[in-house]
Amino acid sequence: MNNDDLIKETEFQINNSETVGNIHVEDPRIIVKNINVRYGEKLAINNVSIDIGKNEVLAMIGPSGCGKSTFLRCLNRMNDTIESCVVDGELYLDNENILDEKTDVVPLRAKVGMVFQKPNPFPKSIYENVAYGPKIHGLAKNKIELDEIVFNSLEKAGLFNEVKDRLDAPGTSLSGGQQQRLCIARTIAVSPEVILMDEPCSALDPIATAKVEELIYELKENFTIVIVTHAMQQAARVSQRTAYFHLGNLVEVGPTQKIFTTPQHKLTESYITGRFG
Amino acid sequence: MNNLKSRLAKEKRFRLYGVASITLALFLLSLLFVSIFSQGYTAFQETKIQLNINFSEEILDPNKTKDWEIIKKSNFSLLVKNSVNELFPNVSGRSNKRKLKKIISSSAEYQLRDYVKNNINTIGKSKKIWVLADDDVDMLIKGHINRILPEDERRIDNEELKWIEFLESKNLIDKFFNKTFFTSGDSSESEQSGILGAFIGSLFALSITLILSFPIGIATAIYMEEFAPKNNKLIDFVEVNINNLAAVPSIIFGLLGLAIFLNFFELPRSAPLVGGMVLSLMTLPTIIISSRVSLKSVPPSIKEGALGVGASKIQAVFHHVVPVAMPGILTGTIIGMARALGESAPLLVIGMVAFIVDIPQSVTDPATALPIQIYLWSDTPERGFVERTSAAIMVLLVFLIFMNSLAVYLRKKFEKDIG
Repeated sequence: MNNDDLIKETEFQINNSETVGNIHVEDPRIIVKNINVRYGEKLAINNVSIDIGKNEVLAMIGPSGCGKSTFLRCLNRMNDTIESCVVDGELYLDNENILDEKTDVVPLRAKVGMVFQKPNPFPKSIYENVAYGPKIHGLAKNKIELDEIVFNSLEKAGLFNEVKDRLDAPGTSLSGGQQQRLCIARTIAVSPEVILMDEPCSALDPIATAKVEELIYELKENFTIVIVTHAMQQAARVSQRTAYFHLGNLVEVGPTQKIFTTPQHKLTESYITGRFG
Repeated sequence: MNNLKSRLAKEKRFRLYGVASITLALFLLSLLFVSIFSQGYTAFQETKIQLNINFSEEILDPNKTKDWEIIKKSNFSLLVKNSVNELFPNVSGRSNKRKLKKIISSSAEYQLRDYVKNNINTIGKSKKIWVLADDDVDMLIKGHINRILPEDERRIDNEELKWIEFLESKNLIDKFFNKTFFTSGDSSESEQSGILGAFIGSLFALSITLILSFPIGIATAIYMEEFAPKNNKLIDFVEVNINNLAAVPSIIFGLLGLAIFLNFFELPRSAPLVGGMVLSLMTLPTIIISSRVSLKSVPPSIKEGALGVGASKIQAVFHHVVPVAMPGILTGTIIGMARALGESAPLLVIGMVAFIVDIPQSVTDPATALPIQIYLWSDTPERGFVERTSAAIMVLLVFLIFMNSLAVYLRKKFEKDIG
């Protein structure tokens, strides 16, 4: 099959496809129903439905511009900050429709934390970076409790031993990988239920990447994690389920192993075998 | 090969142009400084004459009341006159005696009055006191009047010169640090005039400007940059107008202030309050534009990070975006304030160009400002005011340098704080 044929077939399949694989899980934490996202005229997410289970790592893969980041940002309503962006559909977190206009995004974002593509520590001290979330949400009654939250979060993020002697140093003085783990510590300091990660390792070197992946593996014990990634090996390493997005459509969902060994959909197969993307 | 040669020559030439222009700028700047300093440094000294004053009880307190209310009405001028006559017993005749007394500044009697007020027990005693000399004597002592010139070409005639040389021979005339210049307001006599009135006037006006334009400017910038709806026609219109206002000549703002603050709201004329309000109109666009630029330069990822841990939009902006933008905002504000300090045109229009002797006590008292004082003095032909003009320019420059160093300091401090 040459490229033109592939594109033609892709378009045909997309317009006529339903998601392949089982979108439902037994014990869902998040239920997404028929989500559409538009940037002005442009449709970025087309009728996506999926469940996200408790304590699982869901990896989202797909070529650039396929809408996986946009989808991720729906889960904590970060798309609200983009003016032209319109989201419709239903999105339940603990049986509450978070797309409802009445939903307050502040507690929602405390419940659904986010780690960004590029490490973005606040230009404050390491301590302040982690303490900021608990402070604004009033999670600590006093300095001792706050210290405990900060130290625990840094510990969980595997950063405590590296920074315990210089908690007053600016967060920006850390290396890239440490900065990203600091951002993860900052996110888990407000004890979220779900952590969204938008290509958290794309700006990191292989060693730092390995550390973050290890961390994700450990975090899954306590949190639900949704991770967007370009590195398919990473998806294979850290996730239990994988969702393949293409041009705004959720093409295929399934257990990670199955997706990478016996993909059902032609597009998925083409992508994971490296024919486009 | 040829190509490389011409390219290197080009680079070299460009560097030369740069060095040349900087040298020229430095040369002109040093020319300015040298001319101001060479003209003005003498203004930091004043000439005083030592008189042996006899605080005669007959003149001050003939009824021995020791009551200041009565004493203060006495003829202190007579004390000065007696003392001078005593020093030069050979001078006779009314007009000569009057001329003799003129080598002493008219402020001497007030100085004596203040002295007696504070030391009421000196009545009946004699005391040696340094009093200000007249400005012509001051000029002669400082060397601005040439003694060798023929008599009809100098302001001090031969007789006066003889008296002064007598005083010099007795060490009764000397130069002191010019305290008067830093502690008094304007005066028609140059030896009694000072910069303090104008300095306080400028300080009051600038405080009003800062109080008004800093919060309003920053609030506007933050709202327009972070909260205002994007692609909104009204907001775009406001933005275009703010940019235009930054380019409006300052005298227009003065006229606006005259029409609105003075004529409509009937605020006091010549007051630093109105001056500050007019200057803040002028400064606001500068502050808004520079604040917006520095807010815009804060990476959006910082705000996203804050939103991501559940900060509200206001928290994200005020906890994270504004602190990072603060050095830039402060620099912009201080540059705007420095411009306001040097501004005179709008203040002329609202009447801060008056001859004001008293030092203003509040923002509603009539006052003038440093640049206007410079303008007023430069317009006066007396030699004594020429050096004071240069001295006032130096005070203004020191004020400006202080403000700019403050801007640099704050910038460094905030940059260090945020790492």
